[in-house]
Amino acid sequence: MSILDSKIPEGPLADKWTKHKNTINLVNPANKRNIDIIVVGTGLAGGSAAATLAELGYNVKTFCYQDSPRRAHSIAAQGGINAAKNYQGDGDSVYRLFYDTVKGGDYRSREGNVHRLAEVSTNIIDQCVAQGVPFAREYGGLLDNRSFGGVLVSRTFYAKGQTGQQLLLGAYSAMNRQINRGKIKSYTRHEMLDIVKIDGKARGIIARDLVTGEIERHSAHAVVLASGGYGNLFYLSTYAMGSNVTATWKAHRRGAFFANPCYTQIHPTCIPVSGDHQSKLTLMSESLRNDGRIWVPKRIEDAEAIRAGTLKPTQLSEEERDYYLERRYPAFGNLVPRDVASRAAKERCDAGFGVNKTGEAVYLDFAAAIQRYGAEKAHTSGIHNPTKEEITKLGEEVVEAKYGNLFQMYEKIVDENPYKTPMMIYPAVHYAMGGLWVDYNLQTTIPGCYAAGEANFSDHGANRLGASALMQGLADGYFVLPYTIGDYLSHDILTGKIPTDTPEFDEAEQHVKDRIQKLMSGSGAHSVDYYHKKLGKIMWNKCGMSRNEKDLKEAIDEITALREDFWKNVKVPGTADNMNPELEKAGRVADFLELGELFAKDALDRKESCGGHFREESVEQSGEQKGEALRDDKNFKYVAAWEYKGVPKEAKLHKEDLVFENIELKTRSYK
Amino acid sequence: MGGLIKSSIARKVAMALSGLFLVFFLLQHFTINFTSIFSADVFNELSHFMGTNPFVQFLLQPILIFGVVFHFVMGFILEIKNNKARAVKYARFKGGANSSWVSRNMIWSGVVVLAFLGLHFYDFWVPEMVHKYIEFAPEDPTRYYTELLHRFESPIRTGLYALSFVFLALHLWHGFASSFQSVGFNNKYSVAATKFAKAFAIVIPLGFIVVAIVLHLTH
Amino acid sequence: MKLTLKIWRQKDAKSRGELVDYQMKGIEGDMSFLEMLDVLNEELINKGEEPVVFDHDCREGICGVCSLQINGEPHGPDRLITACQLHMRKFKDGDTIFIEPFRAKAFPIIKDLMIDRSAFDRIQQAGGYISVNTSGNTVDANAIPIEKEKADDAFAAATCIGCGACVAACKNASAMLFTSAKVSQYALLPQGQVEAADRVLAMVKQMDEEGFGNCTNTGACEIECPKGISLENIARMNREYLKASLKG
Repeated sequence: MSILDSKIPEGPLADKWTKHKNTINLVNPANKRNIDIIVVGTGLAGGSAAATLAELGYNVKTFCYQDSPRRAHSIAAQGGINAAKNYQGDGDSVYRLFYDTVKGGDYRSREGNVHRLAEVSTNIIDQCVAQGVPFAREYGGLLDNRSFGGVLVSRTFYAKGQTGQQLLLGAYSAMNRQINRGKIKSYTRHEMLDIVKIDGKARGIIARDLVTGEIERHSAHAVVLASGGYGNLFYLSTYAMGSNVTATWKAHRRGAFFANPCYTQIHPTCIPVSGDHQSKLTLMSESLRNDGRIWVPKRIEDAEAIRAGTLKPTQLSEEERDYYLERRYPAFGNLVPRDVASRAAKERCDAGFGVNKTGEAVYLDFAAAIQRYGAEKAHTSGIHNPTKEEITKLGEEVVEAKYGNLFQMYEKIVDENPYKTPMMIYPAVHYAMGGLWVDYNLQTTIPGCYAAGEANFSDHGANRLGASALMQGLADGYFVLPYTIGDYLSHDILTGKIPTDTPEFDEAEQHVKDRIQKLMSGSGAHSVDYYHKKLGKIMWNKCGMSRNEKDLKEAIDEITALREDFWKNVKVPGTADNMNPELEKAGRVADFLELGELFAKDALDRKESCGGHFREESVEQSGEQKGEALRDDKNFKYVAAWEYKGVPKEAKLHKEDLVFENIELKTRSYK
Repeated sequence: MGGLIKSSIARKVAMALSGLFLVFFLLQHFTINFTSIFSADVFNELSHFMGTNPFVQFLLQPILIFGVVFHFVMGFILEIKNNKARAVKYARFKGGANSSWVSRNMIWSGVVVLAFLGLHFYDFWVPEMVHKYIEFAPEDPTRYYTELLHRFESPIRTGLYALSFVFLALHLWHGFASSFQSVGFNNKYSVAATKFAKAFAIVIPLGFIVVAIVLHLTH
Repeated sequence: MKLTLKIWRQKDAKSRGELVDYQMKGIEGDMSFLEMLDVLNEELINKGEEPVVFDHDCREGICGVCSLQINGEPHGPDRLITACQLHMRKFKDGDTIFIEPFRAKAFPIIKDLMIDRSAFDRIQQAGGYISVNTSGNTVDANAIPIEKEKADDAFAAATCIGCGACVAACKNASAMLFTSAKVSQYALLPQGQVEAADRVLAMVKQMDEEGFGNCTNTGACEIECPKGISLENIARMNREYLKASLKG
């Protein structure tokens, strides 16, 4: 029997959450005033949780490394947020959203959690509109929806290509209201560097003031980690430069289990890498695949000529192009889920058909869409026998109205006009499905330590559907965590203020200071970025879009060696007693160097292919699905939760078996 | 009202309203001046009215003086405050890339106009006040035109006068249109209103210059 | 390409700063402006010097933390982008580039090119929100239809990323465009109208207390704003403010 208790309530799926809310303990309003809560991270999950907890009456302290809560990387989410409102009357329902999410996650998520997510999704939209979030509207004044990758209904609410920004600013405004009331104390430019446990419970954190370099102690009755995902492990990703795993990794080292670290999402439509100087990858919204056709040259000589710059893509005729997604997946074509599209692009590029000077790019072509829209527009505008030029012009106008801002962004970065020549795209690391293991109450294996949003192992299983990350972050923060945490805190009403002058705080602070001292005293051979880039290369090449036993084993050894070298030879200039971004980076990369090892170990352990995790040893050998990912429900239908044992690769595996009572497990087919 | 004027927006609105008031005065002043180039009688009659009517003299004139003084004092206060808002200046500041020279240098066009006003007061208003309220000289309703001609005798003075109006035009070019924005008027009529204000900023000062030159040549 | 950089270096808030010259070689047009600074910093670290501190995070033009005055303009010569989206192809071989922090009394320097913009947070905290509990028990999202045009205008105002380019570009270091964008977003939506008067008075009061300058309608903010926030918002705020003041 596993030591993991997911605490999923008994009873029918649809009643679990309501029943649970009705039976858990509450804290009376007068007592909430005596209870302190620390929230680390102020993105969608952290910001919304902090605001709601403060509103309920708890004393909240928030911490973020950015200069303002408004800059958390939730702000960069483009596409939208799902909710089972069924405003379009196209047959959507809570159950359908639940079903799509479990299926999209390749049957590696908890039924109870996902159903709760689908239930509260509708409240999110109501809440955000009441807060003044300006969602897109139709001419009738009602909210507009669009459809998103891999589902059959229109349930995505959006605010142009800036949905994440608008939702985050909504949560930030809710926080501001509580800051103004004195219920939230916001610590910006602060980084959590350790969690403090007293009698086994999370009772505070050690944080560094990034401006003064001071190490501070903060106590609380509970600690909420909402510090986001760890995709920067790969160095190049669509994450912000500062996104890191430090908060959750520190909790892991102090006893919180880390679940499914190998589940990362690689998004298919990003702007390709242009050279070694590259620091960050830019995402192009998935919505582009609604109209763009993805291809590479059919002949390898043509691909070589394009890479050499002697051939232009527009010179290739239809017959000389390989629309490989349409060829391999006739039913879904260019609209296959993210993991499938990404792997297919990698397969073509690895086979030598990649374009761009690096050979790591495929085309996303709007020429057909421009012609189609142009002809339609000519027809509706009453133009008979339009010339080709007229059609192209009209078509370009339609495409501009739909994707103008994305095309403009592409042109700024790549310096090519995507209306005239096909866009180039390549997959990039985008989201982490894995994270701290939490039970139904979002509590980690450390009592009193909670994890919300992308920081937990979440509701997305092995692959996340588009427009679901925003939904999960806000669901956790606004509607789940503030209630479930009360159940734990109801036992703390008589505890009183937690003192910070205890041996536990002394120990944690000393630990943090020693580590900083160690980072500052490397031999000085290489910069932090040197190590981060090296780690990223190992991760991308050996733990990236497709994985095999040999590579993963090598990756573990290489990361171990790199980590040892890092601690001996890293160079951190300046001093620790003032603003020192290199020191911040060094601390984060040190944690990535540990996580990477666990990541590879988890990937090695999971011998099946599922969702974003593709094992080359586990593919369909015959039939219609030949060559596609092969899931192994018999042996791997579990959550892998890892317990820290001193060295990442020696972590102990705990399995939480996934029980499916309401959904039948099937092979995902997009043929 | 005291509280209102403390806020940045209130000060901005006050600048706009006093400016608009002065624009209105300018139009009235121009109308009277303009009559001088085709009818000395009409000019004398209007001037006599303005110079002797108690409503104009004891109500409108103090309001006008207050408006002028207020606009200048507030302008200087704002300039000082705005300078303080950026204690350390940029080594390189490319204001021309995003805004017009006149909009950034209202204080200078304003100072030139102020200097001119000093001259103008010295030329017209002070003798007028001395004439009327100190010497209590007998009123001669036909003296105004002759006096006016006399002032534009000197080519240097006429030139200075014309130059001041060029600066006034610059000041109005930004100030008039911008006052609409300050009082919160920005809608579908704004384009037309702005065009009108820009035209006004050229036509009226140009008109003053034309009057001055004509009078100078008449002499 | 080869470049000469003149970068503002300042040890901390209290120290005096100065422009320091750096010679750069081998800069490619495909690099972003910040990647060019990464190259400089890597060189400085390898030489044992302290790298240039500058704020950056998302590097895709949305977090709003970039705060570089490049050749006298916030976010540099290109329009509708932040410094992280500026590419080196906009410069020529042999160019001299001035890189300074956004300057305003209300934005004190932390170190080198990094500034403290918490004044913006305090303006928002003063009233930049709608007082609604996050219980989820609000009315249905479609219960109040909103005219599409107004919703679109509210969205356009809400796209402000809080970078402070408006303040940096303004000759008076005024924060009117920033403040008015938030005031406008809520003033345009029925949900925000209940508290509209109190909101505008509180936010303007805080804005003034922070030491920003006054607006003189030069329009520089609108031109330099990476999100193209319109001057109309300032007019709207003036209107809202007058309305609220006269209401008493």
